[in-house]
Order: sequence, then structure tokens, then C-alpha cells
Amino acid sequence: MDKIINIKNLNKIYGTTIKTQVLFDINLSFDSGSFNSIIGASGSGKSSLLNILGTLDKPTSGELYINGKLTTNMNKNELAELRNETIGFIFQFHHLIPEFTALENVLIPHMIKNKGRIPKDIKEKAEDLMNLVGLSKVKNNLATNMSGGQQQRAAIARSLINNPSIVLADEPTGNLDSESTETVYKMLRDINEKFKTTFIIVTHDKKIAEMTDRIIEIKDGKINLDILR
Amino acid sequence: MSLPFKIALRFLKSNIGQTILIIIGISIGVSVQVFIGSLIQGLQKSLLDTTIGSSPHITILSTNDNKLIGDWKEKVNIIEDFSDIKTISVSSDSPSFINFNNKTESVLIRGFLPDKANNIYKIENNIYEGKFPSEEYQVLVGKELSDSLGLFIGDKIEIITPQREMIDFTISGFYDLKIASINRSWIITNLETSQKVFDFGDFVTSIEIQVNEVFDADLIASNIISSLNSSEIDVQNWKDQNQQLLSGLNGQSVSSIMIQVFVMISVLLGIASVLAISVVQRSKQIGILKAMGIKDKSSSMIFIYQGLLLGLAGALVGVFLGLGLSFMFSKFAVNPDGTPVVPLYLDYSFIALSAIIATAASVIAALIPARKTSKLNPIEVIRNG
Repeated sequence: MDKIINIKNLNKIYGTTIKTQVLFDINLSFDSGSFNSIIGASGSGKSSLLNILGTLDKPTSGELYINGKLTTNMNKNELAELRNETIGFIFQFHHLIPEFTALENVLIPHMIKNKGRIPKDIKEKAEDLMNLVGLSKVKNNLATNMSGGQQQRAAIARSLINNPSIVLADEPTGNLDSESTETVYKMLRDINEKFKTTFIIVTHDKKIAEMTDRIIEIKDGKINLDILR
Repeated sequence: MSLPFKIALRFLKSNIGQTILIIIGISIGVSVQVFIGSLIQGLQKSLLDTTIGSSPHITILSTNDNKLIGDWKEKVNIIEDFSDIKTISVSSDSPSFINFNNKTESVLIRGFLPDKANNIYKIENNIYEGKFPSEEYQVLVGKELSDSLGLFIGDKIEIITPQREMIDFTISGFYDLKIASINRSWIITNLETSQKVFDFGDFVTSIEIQVNEVFDADLIASNIISSLNSSEIDVQNWKDQNQQLLSGLNGQSVSSIMIQVFVMISVLLGIASVLAISVVQRSKQIGILKAMGIKDKSSSMIFIYQGLLLGLAGALVGVFLGLGLSFMFSKFAVNPDGTPVVPLYLDYSFIALSAIIATAASVIAALIPARKTSKLNPIEVIRNG
């Protein structure tokens, strides 16, 4: 299978005077269309790894290839474009923009790509995504007027609007009740099967991790376990 | 509508209280500027009008011993061809003594062409009794002189010329030019009478000119000198003769500009600091947008647009506020006779300029927060929730 993400000898050190190394010589690759989870205790480096995978953070050394392209020597604008077009993000704290409605939030990645214009088919697609995540009733609510679960589902719809080949999710069910957790997980699974989107989910919830196809455990900045099921 | 513009608009709308506060701040600055500017300009206009509105701006005199200018019609024709000339008047003047009831006063007899002189001195409007001399040997006498001599219309006064001739003049009326020294010394008659009495022939003693652009009087005067090209004349202008007034006006202009500059600087600092705070307030949103791939330039544009929108709204409200303030001032700050204390002068290009400067200043003030956003790293926001 194609390797959509490839990491070679990746190190991450925080700080300049007092140096803290959080990732040690990571070598890792992900198959296109796979459904993966990264687990580990807090402070293990799993979120740092995800941020580097999403090009939000730069590794101290090592190489990151996305779709076969080396990202570590790209400039800020090239990285912004790469993120916009190939990566969807679902953050732990929802991170919708409170000044916009749920539907507008979903459309923002497209507006960034298309200089603010929204063609009719994209509008329809956003409506479809809202249906898919079960938010068609509250799509015109401001983000602040929605429950945590609803915001999280809106964030999922937003991550999919530009047809990304990769979706990175950091504790997507972190502060949801168990019922919502189940719904969100099923939704991600459906999307993975429907659109063949590669998912990488960071979680500390073993139950969630066990439902994925591949579990990578990070411990003290190193890969401790890599189980393919 | 571009995305940064949409986001800017939404940010401004969602925090409407803060937005209104900044707009009020800018508009107060602009209104003070419009008001002070109109006030100072009005003040200067009325000051100039009272000082030189009813007097010649350029005066041509003779350098000959007999103080006489020949070929005056030719000279007037040449000057009339200049652009920007409002009116030209000639006069035939001579110092004399008058005698009435054994009282003697030293006076200046001024012979005018009535129509022309009226344009400058507004004599006709200021005759409070009688009329302008219509026949020879008739004269107008000023208020102060007539009061001190106890004159009435129809009285005959005796004029003693420098050649020691004695001639009787009849009083046809009294004038009041609101300047006591003129009222006391000028005896006004027509040109022919004056020329005849003093044996001037067809000569005059001065050519007096008013121009439209009073501050160009010195330039026009030097043009007149070069085109008349005569060593027998001396051309004077009001600016050379009123240095104190000019420096007073300049001082006023400079202080008004200083006030306006400092008002604008404080407005600018206000906008810059509020927008800087709003970058901190919106850092989460900017971080999310950057994670989703918005480029630094576009994220900066959000704040530039905010500055532009605030500046435009503030300038618009400020202009209306300033005009309202000016209107109230000219309506309520009035003299007992109902005329405004200071007549305001509304210079629309000045008002437009104030609005443009305020808008430009707002955009410049927005550059600081815009720079700050482009440095913002999305990871800071994502990591800290």
C-alpha cells in the first residue's frame, strides 16, 4: 500500500537554554486509507508527534514526507497551503471560531483555499457534511450556542470539507460523555470507509484505541508498541 | 468579499461595544479637527476682512517730487488685464486745511471716481446722512470731524490748499467708515474737483487695487512693477505693511496645526492599542485559521481591514459631529446683534482631507497588530487550548 506519511529519524527538543527532548529518533510510516491511533501517557510526546505530523510544529531534526513530498524544508506559505489542502484537523478543545455559525465554520477551510468564494456545490457539500454529523438543525447557530458534542461534530465536518487525504485528531472525544464518544468514533470510522481518508487519532482512551486498525504506543518519546490488527 | 474582509467585519460585529467605543474615539478626534480648523479659518477670514477688506491690497504711488502719476488710464488698462484683480480705483489726494467757524483742522482731500472707490471703501453704504457729491465743489465729511466742528448738510467749509488758495466747498453728506482716524481726516470729493482744485491736470496721486487672493498680493505687486516698467512709481502691498498681522495669522495657523496633529496622534495611539489588545483577544481564532492554512498575509489583512473600517466609520461620524458642533457654535455663541462671535468658514476640501487623514492613520495604526498576527504561531494556541 502507498505510504501517505513517512517519518525518518525524527527528534524534537523543546527549549534553548534548558533542553527537553520529547521525541527520540522516531521512524514511522502510515498507509493511505488506514485508521490509526497513537496512545501514551500524558507527557509521552504523542501530541508533539501529532503536531509535527500536521506541520504545525517543526521537528528539531529528521525528515517528514507527506504524499512523498519532503515538508521539512518548505516555507510558511507552502506549509499553509499543504495543511489547507491535504490535512484536516480535529482538535481536543473543538476550536471552532466563535464569531461564525457552525456552517460557516465548516466552510472556512474552503474559503481560505478559494479566496473567500463559496461555489454552490461546496455549499451543498457542507450541508451534506452537517447532515452526516447530525447537525443540520443547529447549523446556523453560532459556535458558542452549541453543546460540546455538537461543536466537536462540527469540527469533524470542518476537517472534511476540502477532501483531505489525512485527518489528524487530538483527543477528539476527550471531553465528551461515553455515548457521544461512541457516536463520534463511529462517524470517523464511516468516513474512513466512505472516503478512504487516512485517520491518525491521538487518545489516552484504551477502548477507543482498540477499535482502530493499528495502535502505536509512545512511551518517553519512543515507540514502545506498534500493533497492527 | 475576500475572507479577511469577512472575518474583519465579523470580528467588529461580534464585539460591538468595543467597536463603537473606537469609532467614538476616532470621531471625536475628527470632529475636534473639523471644528478647530473651521474656527481658526473663520477667525482668520474675518480678521483679514476687517483689516484689509475695505482697504487697497496694492497701492501704486509716484516717486516724483510732485507725487503725480501721469498716463493713469493707460496704466489702469494694463493692470486690468492681470488675472485675479478684483477692482481698481484711482484717486487724487492732497493734504489741506479746512476752516469753519474759526476752527482749523488739517485734513486729506481725496478725489475718487465714485463707482470705483465704492468697490474698495464701500463709501456709499456708509453714508449715514446725505449723498455722494454729485456736483463740483461738494464734499463728504467723516463722522468724527463733523461732530467736532458741528457741521450740517449744506454748510460751506473753507479749504486752504498747499498753494494757499482758499476755496469754499459745500457739504453733501456725512460718512462713517468705522475707523475714527479716517473719519477725522478724510474729506471725500470727486476726482475732477480734486484735480481742478490742486491743479493736477489729468494726473492722479495713487492707483489702488484689490485682488481676489489676498495672500498673493505681493506676487501680483511685483508683476505689476515689471509690466509697468516705470521708475516713477512705487508699488506697495498690504503684506509688507502689515507684518505683525501676518505673523499673528501664521502663529494661529501653526498652533491650529499643532492641535490637530496632537489630536490625530492620540487618536492613532488609541486605535493602535485597542487593536493590539484585540489581537490578543483573537489569538485563538487566528491560531485556528493558521492551522487550517490561512497565510500570514491574509491574517494580517484581517486587522488592516478592521483599521480601515473603523477609520472610515469614525471619519464619517466625526465629520458630521464636527459640522454639528460648528453649526451649534455659530448658532449659540453670538454677539448681542445676533451675528456669530466668530463666523465659521467651512472649507470642504479641508474637511475631506481631515477625513482622509483619519482613515489613513487608522490603517497605519492597524499595521502594528497586523505585524503581530503574522508572527503568531498556531501551535501556541493549539497546545494551550
